[in-house]
Amino acid sequence: MANSASGTAPKKIVRRNASIGDRIFDSLNIIFLSLLMLVTLYPFLNQLALSFNQAMDSIKGGIYIWPRHISFENYKYVFKDNQVYHATLISVLRLVVGTAFSVFATAIVAYTISRPEFVLRKFVTIAFVLTAYINPGIIPDFLNIRDLGLVNSFWVYVWPGLIGVFTLILIRSFIDGLPESIMESARIDGAGEFRTLISIVMPLCLPVLATVGLFTAVYQWNSWIDVFLYNSSNENLSTLQYELQKILQNSSVSGSAASGFANAQAAANMVTPLSVRATMTIVASVPMIIMYPFLQKYFVKGMTVGGVKG
Amino acid sequence: MESNITSATSSVTSIKPTGLKLFFKRLIQQRALVIMSVPFVIWLFLFKYMPLWGWTTAFQKYKPARSFSEQEWVGWDQFNFLFSDERFLRVLRNTFAMSGINLVLGFVTAIILALLLNELRSVIFKRVVQTVTYMPHFLSWVVAAGIIQSTLSTDGIINILLIKFGFIDKGNEILFLGIPQDFWGILGAGTVWKEIGWNTIVYLAAIATIDPSQYEAAEMDGAGRFKRMWHVTLPGIRSVIVVLLILNIGNLMQSGFEAQYLLGNGMNIDYSENIDIFVLNYGLNQSNFSLAVAGGMFKSVVSIVLLVIANNIAKRFDGSRVF
Repeated sequence: MANSASGTAPKKIVRRNASIGDRIFDSLNIIFLSLLMLVTLYPFLNQLALSFNQAMDSIKGGIYIWPRHISFENYKYVFKDNQVYHATLISVLRLVVGTAFSVFATAIVAYTISRPEFVLRKFVTIAFVLTAYINPGIIPDFLNIRDLGLVNSFWVYVWPGLIGVFTLILIRSFIDGLPESIMESARIDGAGEFRTLISIVMPLCLPVLATVGLFTAVYQWNSWIDVFLYNSSNENLSTLQYELQKILQNSSVSGSAASGFANAQAAANMVTPLSVRATMTIVASVPMIIMYPFLQKYFVKGMTVGGVKG
Repeated sequence: MESNITSATSSVTSIKPTGLKLFFKRLIQQRALVIMSVPFVIWLFLFKYMPLWGWTTAFQKYKPARSFSEQEWVGWDQFNFLFSDERFLRVLRNTFAMSGINLVLGFVTAIILALLLNELRSVIFKRVVQTVTYMPHFLSWVVAAGIIQSTLSTDGIINILLIKFGFIDKGNEILFLGIPQDFWGILGAGTVWKEIGWNTIVYLAAIATIDPSQYEAAEMDGAGRFKRMWHVTLPGIRSVIVVLLILNIGNLMQSGFEAQYLLGNGMNIDYSENIDIFVLNYGLNQSNFSLAVAGGMFKSVVSIVLLVIANNIAKRFDGSRVF
């Protein structure tokens, strides 16, 4: 279970000479999975190549996964734009603040509902778990957030999604698995509940906190609906994803991104909507793509902690 | 699952408070835990329960300028209108069709990929495939939609390949996102592209728990690769498959929102509009809050019923903790 998906596959047992059928199967399997990787990566590599290719040259077509005339003009253009620069800042800020707040708040609540002696334990647990079933819907949420005065504010990125039921249960299950004696001894040493949480429980929970942190960071970085619903009138609170979304909506719905929507300003700067779009796509996704392979072992563990048990 | 754990532990460690007095006494004793949890319960109430009040809008002819007591109450009128509205019925069809297609496609492809990954002899190659196929899960739907749009555009790779292999002639490129009937398929394929790797995680974990001696025994009996997959691996993960399937049926009303919003357009709206998009269009663009809330409320209520049924069946089937 611990190294679940990481390669303790049960076929190391017999390593006899494989039969011909076996070899054909293995080869076909490798070919098929390689094709799958190609299909997964190609569209992304294509955008990467377009973003590093001279914009005017890209219009001629024929760019696949390698740029023909390498150029950094697209990136220069995108980051010269104050709006994009500022949106990047807000994206980073919401990732850092939102993730820190979420992880900390979720850990606190998870700790309290893991204490067997806590009188409100059942009440708090049920109150949280029920929200996994009941979803008020987009419009009631919208009206509520408006009434709470969070429209046009940075905090609308932090408060509404502060604690998720899934991550709460994830952390609680992890705390449940810790030996009770550790917390017992902390208490004997005179540590209060908060102290026990901060200096004993949280350090021990690092793997699950990393998982939750990753999930939250991805959510924060990738969100755009909250920007669109609550802060679309305030450019100072726009994020990268929302800026990209606006670009996507502007470029012609139909087809040829190159021929549609000619932007005079862009043309003067030797960039095209096609190249700007590709560049923004890369800028909006690269942080997550760099980050996730390092945290892979954590989230694989996290995903399976509640799922497969016995 | 909650009650089992709670009752098991509390019967060991605590004596049930017999009266209000004892309850308050313990509350004061545990004030640290109370102070730690109550602010978040208040948060929960403010952000997750208060919005439910908005459901009252569905029974009114809501006008933003009026106060609550001045609103005109119309009973079930909004719902009656919804269910006689051809557009809403189409929206319902789209919702079920898209979540159904995504459910089946998502399951079948993830299980097949997990089986194939499990058959790989090279651990390194397996790792590489896993890492690569996880990647799109970490992209936002905005990025994914952009990528899907350019892949399917008239000068995108699909059309290029179709021309190269002679299926269509140059100049007759297909505008995939402009063909309404293709939308469900495009969405299904796009979702598979984004989530296939991620969805294998739980199956691979289940496969890892299968006793290796079962494979040995099967091999002794002369079972080949396919027979072992069919008779050992698949039965080994059957309970996980069934539980996940049941739980996912609970999400049948959740056909997603972002993908449809981002990939939908005027040409394919008859097939791309689901309940969430419908709600957004009526609520925010046309400010018909009452009708929008009625649509959303219908979705939520059906979802709750489906989820409760699904969780109960899954619990009965599995016995262990499924959430």
